[in-house]
Amino acid sequence: MFKYLKQLTSLVAMVAVLFTFTTETMAAKKSKTLKNTQKKGFVRCGVSQGLPGFSNADAAGNWTGVDVDVCRAVAAAVLGDANKVKFTPLSAKERFTALTSGEIDILSRNTTWTLSRDADIGLTFVGVNFYDGQGFMVRKSSGITSTSQFKNGISACTNIGTTTELNMRDFFNSRGISYEPVAFEKADEVVAAYDAGRCDTYTTDKSGLAAQRTKMKNPDEHIVLPETISKEPLGPVVRQGDSVWEDIVRWSLNTMIEAEEYGITSANADSMKTSDNPQIKRLVGAEGEMGAAFGLDNEWNLRIIKQVGNYGESYKRNIADTGILPDRGPNELWTKGGILYVPPSR
Amino acid sequence: MNFKLKDIGPQLMTVLAVVLVFGFFTYNAQVNMESRGIDFGYGFLSQESSFDVQFSLIEYDGSHSYFRAYLVGLLNTILVSVIGIILATILGVIVGIARLSPNYLINKFAAFYVEFFRNIPLLLQIFFWYFAALRALPLPQDAEAMFGISFLTIKGLYVPAFIWQNFNVFFYSVVAAIIAIIIIRIHAKKLQETKGKQTPVLLISIGLIFILPLLSFLIGGVRLSFEVPVLKQLATTSFIYEGGVSLPPELIALALSLSLYTATFIAECVRAGIQGVGKGQKEAAASIGLTPNQVLKLVVMPQALRIIIPPTTNQYLNLTKNSSLAAAIAYPDLVLVFAGTALMQTGKAIEIVSITMFTYLSLSISISILMNWYNRKIAIQEK
Repeated sequence: MFKYLKQLTSLVAMVAVLFTFTTETMAAKKSKTLKNTQKKGFVRCGVSQGLPGFSNADAAGNWTGVDVDVCRAVAAAVLGDANKVKFTPLSAKERFTALTSGEIDILSRNTTWTLSRDADIGLTFVGVNFYDGQGFMVRKSSGITSTSQFKNGISACTNIGTTTELNMRDFFNSRGISYEPVAFEKADEVVAAYDAGRCDTYTTDKSGLAAQRTKMKNPDEHIVLPETISKEPLGPVVRQGDSVWEDIVRWSLNTMIEAEEYGITSANADSMKTSDNPQIKRLVGAEGEMGAAFGLDNEWNLRIIKQVGNYGESYKRNIADTGILPDRGPNELWTKGGILYVPPSR
Repeated sequence: MNFKLKDIGPQLMTVLAVVLVFGFFTYNAQVNMESRGIDFGYGFLSQESSFDVQFSLIEYDGSHSYFRAYLVGLLNTILVSVIGIILATILGVIVGIARLSPNYLINKFAAFYVEFFRNIPLLLQIFFWYFAALRALPLPQDAEAMFGISFLTIKGLYVPAFIWQNFNVFFYSVVAAIIAIIIIRIHAKKLQETKGKQTPVLLISIGLIFILPLLSFLIGGVRLSFEVPVLKQLATTSFIYEGGVSLPPELIALALSLSLYTATFIAECVRAGIQGVGKGQKEAAASIGLTPNQVLKLVVMPQALRIIIPPTTNQYLNLTKNSSLAAAIAYPDLVLVFAGTALMQTGKAIEIVSITMFTYLSLSISISILMNWYNRKIAIQEK
């Protein structure tokens, strides 16, 4: 009877260990994510599988883009080095699961902020780093210059698992046009199929269209139609339930935007410490205790500006100078006619 | 007492361990989902899906429910699997027999086909047929008509649609022909067993299946006309065919690559089956005066099928599961529509993935049951 007691005890013990392990990790701590990140020594960041200007890897595996810079800013703030980021390329379909399951800690992947995503899926959007809208690309030779020329039977290539699919339906339905949606899992395949002539039009966010156009066999043969059919505020996302981490990511992004507003650049950040403007001094860590609330030192924001630059520098480096979207449009500061407006760091 | 425990003990512990492991995973998932603010439930299935699907066998658009979207995906998976299984079987049997051909050219060509297609990963083949072959197809406006009525273009294959009058009369005539054939077969078998008389069943069957439907045209008032696809201009260089039936290139590429790939394995099953029948069997059959056709039909095939069916069942299962690679080339199958778009729009990962897994499991088990039934039918009847 007691012959198997030993085995049984070890089994029970094993299960007990597993349970204590989970309950221990479950216990609410002040920013578990920050603690884990500092322990690991790198920020785990989910990005796209290659969208020039936003998140794109070169041949050597170096990631660049405005979405990438958000993760670099967080790394500069919490680890002191903007290069301490591990990038995970994700498809539109995988991205939220990767975040909620804890595989990554920041999702910075041209992701549209919507009510259902924010409220339903266990995610929290921390801000907007690019104001976008959905548009259509067509071949120049088709003679189409406006979406009003679309006719019944048009075929449209796009990605699955995006707001694009839903907007497209709303757009064609409201105009009473029957269309053929051809939805691929990866952006590269959408581009390949559209480029081959499978579809009459390619629809996604306009920034995406501009970026993917550069990948076409002959970019000059394609134009992006002027109409914008939706609002697509793109921004970084974190898991629900770690409000300190959420704040760190939000204010890392805000710091970049506000630094541009006050003319602080990666080149002049150090000299700004002696500025007369207290707002500028707070942004470079020379006044106040701006990092304490996150459990960070006082120069976290200075490091972001010095290592990554302000939002304008990031935009110029990644999107304007690469010829994707030279005109900043709505992504200009509110003081210069755009809609970039962030709460003050104080 | 002690002796019995020795027998049951390890089994009880195994069951306990399995229950504990499953319990732990469920508990862990629950706790983690709760702590991340994700709620669990299947209520979303009745919500409006609000996305459209390219190709559907049932009426569907974004105003239908997620459950309807699930059905659309499931039916598309079944469609491409059935097409794939039929094509793979036909091709596999032909190639399998060809590999045994004494003709050097046919033999080597079949061997080359098998070795080439089964050693390249399926996903690459799908990409090849979709992207490489698709690029080579003409745009709709440049397409040459096949037989004057069909068009193979980069946007798909357009074939004429049948427009029937009194279709039910035609349908009943086909059913009547099939019933007549079954009766004749049973009768012929009896005749063979009691009087040893041979009836040309095949010829009669072919005759019936043509003559009865033909009669329905002549005297039943059945009329058939075709709706031929017509080129329509959408913009200066953008064209499409309207009318008729259009098969999307995604379906064609997927069915083609699945069947070309699986046919290689079926061909090997067929070859193994035929070679597995003892040489003495054929010689014995020939020695009692059976014709070569009768040897194949009455002696070799019944025995070969017993060897062929079980591994071929595996290939059918593989084909069905491999059809989930559809997502790579935008064919709206279960994985793309339900485990792709629907999962993304609802965020119900655990629910949708579990439904999808369960669906594939059910599909596979259905195929297995069907094939096992057939296998039992052709197995040696012990008397």
